[in-house]
Parts: sequence; structure tokens; C-alpha cells
Amino acid sequence: MNKIEIFSQMERSIIDGNKQEAEKLAKYAIENNMELTKVIEKGFVPGIQKVGQLWEKGEYFLPELITSAECMKAAMAILQPELERCQISTKSYGKIVIGTVEGDIHDIGKNLVASMLSANGFEVVDLGADVKLDKFIEKAKEINADFICLSALLTTTMLGQKRLIEMLKEKNLYGKFRVMVGGAPVNRKWAEDIGADGYAENAMAAVQVMKNLLNN
Amino acid sequence: MIPKIRPKLKLLGDELIKNIIDEALIILEKQGVFIENSEALELLRDANMKVDEPSKRAHITPELVSDALSSTPSVIKLYDRSGEKEYIVGGDEVHFNPGSAAVTILDHSTKQERRANTQDLVRFVRLTECLEHIHFQSTGLISSDIPDIISDTYRLFIGLQFSSKPVVTGTFHIEGFKPMHEMLKAVRGSEKELSEKPLAIFDACPSPPLKWSNLTTQSLIDCARSGIPSELISMGMTGATSPITITGTLVQHVAENLSGLVICQLASKGAPVIFGGSPSSFDMRKGTTPMGAIETMMIDSAYAQIGKHLKLPTHAYMGLSDSKINDSQAGFESGIGAVLAALSGINVVSGAGMMDFESCQSLEKLLIDEEICRMAYRLIDGIIQRDEPIALNLFENFYEGFQFLTQPHTRKWYRQEHSFPKIVDRDTYDAWVSFGGKSIADRASDELEKLLKENPPFLLPEEIRQELHRIMLQDARNNGLDSLPEIIAS
Repeated sequence: MNKIEIFSQMERSIIDGNKQEAEKLAKYAIENNMELTKVIEKGFVPGIQKVGQLWEKGEYFLPELITSAECMKAAMAILQPELERCQISTKSYGKIVIGTVEGDIHDIGKNLVASMLSANGFEVVDLGADVKLDKFIEKAKEINADFICLSALLTTTMLGQKRLIEMLKEKNLYGKFRVMVGGAPVNRKWAEDIGADGYAENAMAAVQVMKNLLNN
Repeated sequence: MIPKIRPKLKLLGDELIKNIIDEALIILEKQGVFIENSEALELLRDANMKVDEPSKRAHITPELVSDALSSTPSVIKLYDRSGEKEYIVGGDEVHFNPGSAAVTILDHSTKQERRANTQDLVRFVRLTECLEHIHFQSTGLISSDIPDIISDTYRLFIGLQFSSKPVVTGTFHIEGFKPMHEMLKAVRGSEKELSEKPLAIFDACPSPPLKWSNLTTQSLIDCARSGIPSELISMGMTGATSPITITGTLVQHVAENLSGLVICQLASKGAPVIFGGSPSSFDMRKGTTPMGAIETMMIDSAYAQIGKHLKLPTHAYMGLSDSKINDSQAGFESGIGAVLAALSGINVVSGAGMMDFESCQSLEKLLIDEEICRMAYRLIDGIIQRDEPIALNLFENFYEGFQFLTQPHTRKWYRQEHSFPKIVDRDTYDAWVSFGGKSIADRASDELEKLLKENPPFLLPEEIRQELHRIMLQDARNNGLDSLPEIIAS
């Protein structure tokens, strides 16, 4: 197989959401000493980009979108140790601490966003669900995060998003980390009212909003 | 005379019901449920259930579920504030009530959602009190002019003061139960009288799939021990937090609700429990949870049928819409939902006034939904043979130019056979134009101001009101607030 064929198979594996195939191709690339930055840029990334286009066109729905993002993550998980071993740095859009706020054990929405972000080149630390507000701040300081992303499904727990921003202000950390809020009851108005930096109505939009915020 | 038939909707066959329950029981025993609350885990351990400590997973046997089902009452009697009017929650009785815990209110003048305040909450409760076909009230709005931490107590404080109807409510934090319980006791007179004549239902939502948070589990335990009915609100989202198939979601729904029912019965044998829910057909494009989707309503009707099969009182979130304004979507989604709920014989139907995925309350919509509920009640009242013979005698003196308008028979029956709308448009075109050519939302807006003006607030006796105020103020002070917002009753 020539490189072009392999790249196209990699792209296909992401578009089809075929995790086994994506992992197999990632391993193949390492075993055959392929240039890994090229593998990512010309193999896997075009796949996830195509998925994004299919989503925009309305052909792909959430099950396809998320399965492809999970494939991308799986392939990257195989490539990453090798990249580190060879001290090759890849392009990272930014570091993110994400989780569902305390009192709320729903994590589907947050998982969607985390998957899309990591598939699109962000470094994501997922703290899980029912996360104490202190923990978000602690972790963000520790990894020097660019973003804190707070999810809430309940109208009652979304208030935790507001409290976290107040805590950042009390600790003089407001502005140091950008705060993104999301979840079913959350809307743009709420985000503006509580002083969040960003809000997106779905996982795909979150990626775009965060890229834009970083470019500003 | 031939007996009347109650029109009923049944979406599931007996064999399918059995299969769904069987699978739910297998899951409860094999995978078990995650329970974040140590007291509940202790209760389950004491009942000889396998509890995996680090993962907080409890495995519940079919035998324990069966025991719990046999000790759960199949009928609950709720009473209004005076303790005189009784509402049967069970059988095929249907009670509509507004949807619960909206964060915003739709402002009719701007057509935009905004955060609600005390005044909105008072108007909402007072309006609910005026509506004949909305049997229960709900703590349906979260007031933004008091701190979040006491917003659960506060909405009950307002609800009890301005409406006599039984109330559907719930806690937002564990400490919220005590003051809420105290207020209910203050209205009833004592703890004993409150448990004999429940005034409130508390909602408790498991987190799908198969999880019970600390807060909701504690609410189940506290309510069970106080004789307050718990409404189990399982809420799988198809293909996201529950299986994509309707039957798969029903299996999970039954498993979650039955585990909640077991916790209630272990906390207090005979505790009143309502088999409810707020599942939805998850939108795979938008990632949202449409309550107005026909599939959401099919799941609701089907789990309620299973609840009835288990001889339990039932509840559903139906008769609400995902629309953001009072347009045709708001009307047809709410209309279809309320009618299907009534045909399904669901005992507590929450949703009136609600829109935008259970997040927004509209007082105008509440009035429009009152009309929908009237129609739904008329429908399930069915068709009855009023006379014997049915009509033969009316035609005995039949002649050319005969009419029925002046027949005594017409006058005798027209009010029973037909219901009368208040704000539905039945004018001729010219009459409609002469009244300003208004939409139903505009007419609802006019009507609600009229209702609030004509019906003075239905207040509590002063000493009870002062007691509620004392409890509320204490709760506020415990949470760092020295005074309460001013309440203007009218």
C-alpha cells in the first residue's frame, strides 16, 4: 500500500466511525515508521474535518458525529505515546478542564463536548460528573488551563456555574481562565448574565466558539 | 341504560408489558443501581441485598421488588389546603397541574423569556388557583430575587400562601426538606394530620442510566418517613442516556422507578409512591430533549400503562411544548400531549403553561392549556346514553320547520353534553375583527389580568401565614439573607 492509500483509509475509518480500523491503521503507521505528524495531518484530521462537513450539511447526526470523534480519540491515544517518545510536539489549540458541576451527575452532554474538543486538537482534562467547584479551579491552576468548561443539566445545578465565576472573582482569578458554560437549561442570556466568556448550544459549536475565543 | 365506556389508550400488549418488566428486574439484580446515598445503601444491605461499597452499586432482587410493590398503596388521597376537598390519585383519575421549576417566564409584552421574580411567582400561583381544570398547583417558577440556595423553600412559601390546591414540588438541596416539611405541617396543623391528609407531592429524579443522586435519594427517604408522596421521575433520553428503542427506554425506566420505589418502602413500609417520569425522545440533530415529540408522548403513555399494570398511581410530563412563543406548535404539542395523557388515564399530568423544554413558564399558555385540559376532560367523560329511548320521542311530533333550540330536552342537556371555552375563538370573522382581531395569546393576556383582578388572593389565616413567614425567614437567615423580598398580593 502506498502512503496516499493509507491516508485515505485513515480518513475513511474516521468518517465511518470504525474504531478498530482506525486503531489498526495508527499501529500500522508506527510499525512502518511513517512520519507521524503527516499521518495526523493528512490521514486522520481530514477524516474528522469531513465528518464536520457532513454534520453541517445535515447528513450526519449525533450518533455518527460522536462515534467518529471517539475513533479520532482512539487513534490519537495510540499515536500520542510515540510522538512523546520521539519528542515531536503536535499542535494543541489549548488546555481545557471540563466537568459537570456539583450536585449533578448527568454527564452525557459534557462527554459529547469533551469528545469533540479532543478530536479537534484540544488537550482535555475531564473531571467527570458531580465535581466540586473548588476542584475545577484547583485543576485549572495546576495545568495552567486556557478554559474551564462547566456543564449542568438541571435548572437547579446550573446555579453552580454562576457560583464558580463568583469564586474566580473572589480569588482574583477572573479573566485568567476563560469560562464556558453549557447544558440543557443554559442559554446565551444566562451565560452573559453570570459573566461567562462563552456559550455554545451544541458540541460542534463549542469547538468553533473556543477556537474563536483563543484567536481573539 | 347501557353503561358508559371510558375511552382509553393502550399502546402495549400484555406480553410486551411482561417482557419489559422481566428485563427491568434482571437488570436491577444483575447490574444493579448506583446510589450515592449511604443511608439508602444501608437500608438495602439490611434487606440482605448485595451492595458493592466502592462503586455504591446495589443489586436488588425480584423478590424485594415484589415485596415493595405489595406494600405500596395503589391509591393516594391528596387534600387541598383546607383539608376538606379530596383528590384521588389512582385508578384512571386525571389531574392536570402546571409544569414544575421553570427558570424563566415568557414576557407577553416583549415575547421574550426573562428570569422570574417574586411577583411573577405570586401571579402564577394566583392564576393557577383560578383555573377549574388545573386541579393541582406546582412550584412552577424559580424566583431570581432571592438566593439560589433557598429557592426551593421560597417557591413553596409563596405557593402555600396564595393557592388552596394541593402542590407538586421538590427539594433542590438536602437541607431544603426540613423547612418545606415544617411549612406543610404548619398549614395542616400537625405532622400526623399532614401524613393523614397529604397536601404536597415531592418529585425525585433518578439520573439516567440507573443512578440515584444523594439529594434525590434523601428526598425519597425523608418523604417516605413523613408520609409525603414521592413522584419518581425517571428521565431517559433515547439513544443518549437510555436505549434508542422505545421498548429499551421503557425497560430502563421501569428499572429506575422500581429501584426508587424499593428505597421508599425500605425507608417506610406503605409509603405513598407515584410511578412517574419525564423521559424524552432525544433529538439526534440538535442534542435536545423535545417534550412535544410524539415519541416522547408514546413513551409516557406506555410507562404509565406499565405503572397501572403494577397497580401504582401514575404521573407524566405531558401537555407541554418546546416552542418558544405561543404559536401553533405550542398549541398542537400541548393539545396532543394533554389528550393522550387523559386517554392514558395518567393520574398526575404536569406540563400546563410550560414551554422551551421544561424551562419556561407562560401565564398566557397556562390559560390556553386550561382550555386544552377542559377538552381532554370532556373527551374522557365519554359518550353517555342520557335517555331511553335515545331520541325517538323527540321525533314524535316532527313537522316541517321543526327545530331543537326551544325543546326542553335541549335546555335539559346542553350544559352536560357540551363544554364552553373562555378564550377559544368561535366568533364570526366580522365579530373577531371588531374585537380587535386578536390572537389567542393576546386574548389570554387580557383574560388573565381580568381573572387576577376579579379573584382576590385566596389567603391563609393570618397566624398560619405568620408561621410560614417565620419558617421562611429562619431558612433565609440560615443562608445569609436578612430579609425577604416584599410580596404584593394583588
